[in-house]
Amino acid sequence: MPTLRFRLNGVETEIDADPDTPLLTALRGPLGLTGSHFGCGSGECGACMVLVDDHALMSCDTPLWSVAGKTITTVEGLGTEQQPHALQRAFIAGQAMQCGYCLSGIMMSAAALLKRNTDPTSAEVKAALDRNLCRCGSHNRMVRAVLRAAAEMRAS
Amino acid sequence: MTTKPAAPSLPPSLAANPKLSSWINFAADGKVIVSSGKVEIGQGIVTALAQIAADELDVDIARVQMVRTSTPASPNEGVTSGSLSVQHSGRAIRFACAEIRQIFLDAAAERLGVAPDVLTITDGTMAGPGNVSTSYWELASEISLDRDATGGAQPKSSAQRTLAGHSLPRFDIPDKVFGRPRFIHDSLPPGTLHGRVVRAELPQATLVELNEERARKAEGLITIVRDGNFLGIVCETEAAAEAAVTALRKGAKWSSREPLPDEDDLADWLKRQPATSAVIASKEAATPVAVTRTIKRQYHRPYIAHGSIAPSCAMAQWDENCLRVWTHSQGVYNLRSDLALVFRLPRENILVEHMEGAGCYGHNGADDVALDAALLAKATPGRTVRVQWSRADEMSHAPFGAAMAIEIEAGLDANGEIASWRHTIWGNGHTARPGRADQPTLLAASELATPFPRAISVDPPSAGGGGSDRNSIPLYDFPAWHIEAHRLTVMPVRTSALRTLGAQGNTFAIESVLDELAFERGEDPVAFRLRHLSDPRSRDVVEAAARRAGWKPPKQDDVGYGIGFSRYKTTGAYCAAVAEVEVGEDIRVRKLTLAVDVGEAINPDGVVNQIEGGAIQATSWVLKERVRFDKTRITSNSWTEYPILRFSEVPDVEVEVISRPEIDPVGAGEAAHGPVTAAIANAVFDALGVRLRSLPITRERLIAAMELSS
Repeated sequence: MPTLRFRLNGVETEIDADPDTPLLTALRGPLGLTGSHFGCGSGECGACMVLVDDHALMSCDTPLWSVAGKTITTVEGLGTEQQPHALQRAFIAGQAMQCGYCLSGIMMSAAALLKRNTDPTSAEVKAALDRNLCRCGSHNRMVRAVLRAAAEMRAS
Repeated sequence: MTTKPAAPSLPPSLAANPKLSSWINFAADGKVIVSSGKVEIGQGIVTALAQIAADELDVDIARVQMVRTSTPASPNEGVTSGSLSVQHSGRAIRFACAEIRQIFLDAAAERLGVAPDVLTITDGTMAGPGNVSTSYWELASEISLDRDATGGAQPKSSAQRTLAGHSLPRFDIPDKVFGRPRFIHDSLPPGTLHGRVVRAELPQATLVELNEERARKAEGLITIVRDGNFLGIVCETEAAAEAAVTALRKGAKWSSREPLPDEDDLADWLKRQPATSAVIASKEAATPVAVTRTIKRQYHRPYIAHGSIAPSCAMAQWDENCLRVWTHSQGVYNLRSDLALVFRLPRENILVEHMEGAGCYGHNGADDVALDAALLAKATPGRTVRVQWSRADEMSHAPFGAAMAIEIEAGLDANGEIASWRHTIWGNGHTARPGRADQPTLLAASELATPFPRAISVDPPSAGGGGSDRNSIPLYDFPAWHIEAHRLTVMPVRTSALRTLGAQGNTFAIESVLDELAFERGEDPVAFRLRHLSDPRSRDVVEAAARRAGWKPPKQDDVGYGIGFSRYKTTGAYCAAVAEVEVGEDIRVRKLTLAVDVGEAINPDGVVNQIEGGAIQATSWVLKERVRFDKTRITSNSWTEYPILRFSEVPDVEVEVISRPEIDPVGAGEAAHGPVTAAIANAVFDALGVRLRSLPITRERLIAAMELSS
């Protein structure tokens, strides 16, 4: 099997795999990162979203070959309990979830938004998160958390 | 000496599991171990229960460790459903802790040589005059909690509690925010194999032909399992399992059995089916009044999918005749009962352990996939097999919330006042949960070569809130009523418990008729409701929601306001909702304003979160959701075919919690759905003057209704 290389959460990474393997399968399997979740397998729900070169992508239908040489960030690379990302702080402060299964995808989607727009409106946050489904109905809390994170990032 | 007062009766969960050690233990490391039979399903229950325990024992909440529910180690509290977790488990823990606190205080007093009433407890340390002290943990080795609760100790009064009533942060959130494994989906013990099940798109299908050739070639295939119409594979890796299952699916030919109804004729189809009929309630008027006119209306809701964001998942492992299962089921004991029936094993041979899944809104595929895993694991003794459903299976094979047809006939007297009320319900039963019958209800049980009969859904007893009849008895002071339910004895589309059971449909129907009557009389809908509501807590939520929403804002073009009210299950949480909708190109719910009364709110932010979530989910049901099918198969088996509300479509939601710390708490998870559904429908009428009586309320249906009325 061919070797594919990319930068994953700040670390140069190599993996021997079928290039058509979905990125999510590689992340959750051999790479051991289970923070990105499987929801549908066809790019319809966003539970698997990760950053690829600062863009939020559905990793469940992104083949490994297409991310070769790129920079990938998953929720595990967003921040840590010791050094949380502003989004992680804001989601905790706002208790912005119910079950939280969709959460990592939503935070990665929001992280991509905040990279291109540091001062989004509520409507812009909602538009950016429109590819992510939440079934528990925690949307409004999540939008408030993203706005709060944006404000914090602007202030620092 | 005074007579000892009679021991208060124990809360039901504690009476069923009286041994104190089955709820609470003190660990040597200074922790308090709390076991509950209720499980975390995304509602934040473990935090609320920890608050109750910490409050009653006077320990810091950081010391409380909540144990994952499992059959050998947890009290049996049945199913985590019906918004009863705080009510049942919370009260049991509160009473158990009150008694344990008293037992330890007495023991501490004896050890320290002081009277119990001079001791104070601070973070688990009992201290008295002269600097004497001991603690739960020091005394724990001397005190056995393997004794039955007596109910002899009275829990604290609401004023004495320090944690209940405060919005403590949830225990489970940091793991989820930092992407640490927390869900069953993320747990993969070393050596775990991957299983997948092939199911026909056709419900109740027969496997008529199977070509295994292509699947056999899949790399990493360990085995193909077939037992009658149950078909699956076990592989070394998840990628291999996906490849093998795709190959096997192509080799399987199925034939269908029972045709599905016409989805566009569903309400009438429900009324034509064989059914078991029951009178739910009947009340004669104290003084009979002549009915001079009746209005009769029919309401309908379609089948609704759970649509959990995660596909159902389970792990299982066999060791000789012992089975171990990891599941996100709502009821580990109930699942165990059904597994025991399927495998014809004593229950003691089966160990079922709960792990968190994604948000759960009722009886979804969690139990079914657990049997799938157990069947596949049987082929690989000693190895753990993890099974995960596909999205398509999740959307088409998990049970649905039952479709309903509801007819209301209101009899009016000469003054146009309500003199009689008839409410009739047709539909399938709202539950086929496992563990409640002498036959298993798990999906694969009916697919085996020696099959168990396919369970037809029933309705839980009215005393416990009922099923199709839930919330069908009016909460208003009508002089007379008659309520009947017809439960289908056929079930081509599989149904079971989905959040609120029949309450969403019944509340939609009742509150729509009320709105129509108010309009006919030229009365304000809020005032009209209040005129028929004497119960003070009911009045309070209606008034609070109306006040908060600024009822009723001045009329604007294409914008409407509506109200809905209910007390969930007639004995649970009170909730009123005001909806603001805008009808332009599409129907948009702009804002929902709710007032809720759950009695004592243990974690007020948790209550608000549940109400907000319920309101948004209900909005999705009302505007978008309908299980689609043709004559042979469920066609809404993806998010494209079964759309739900998206971020840009979500209304603003405001929630006012009416706090009553002196009243025993009830759950909040299902209170909002009925009132919100009715409020939206009534607001659409307010905007356009057209009543839609079939859910979902879509643009197409609105246009059709407007054409009909013009």
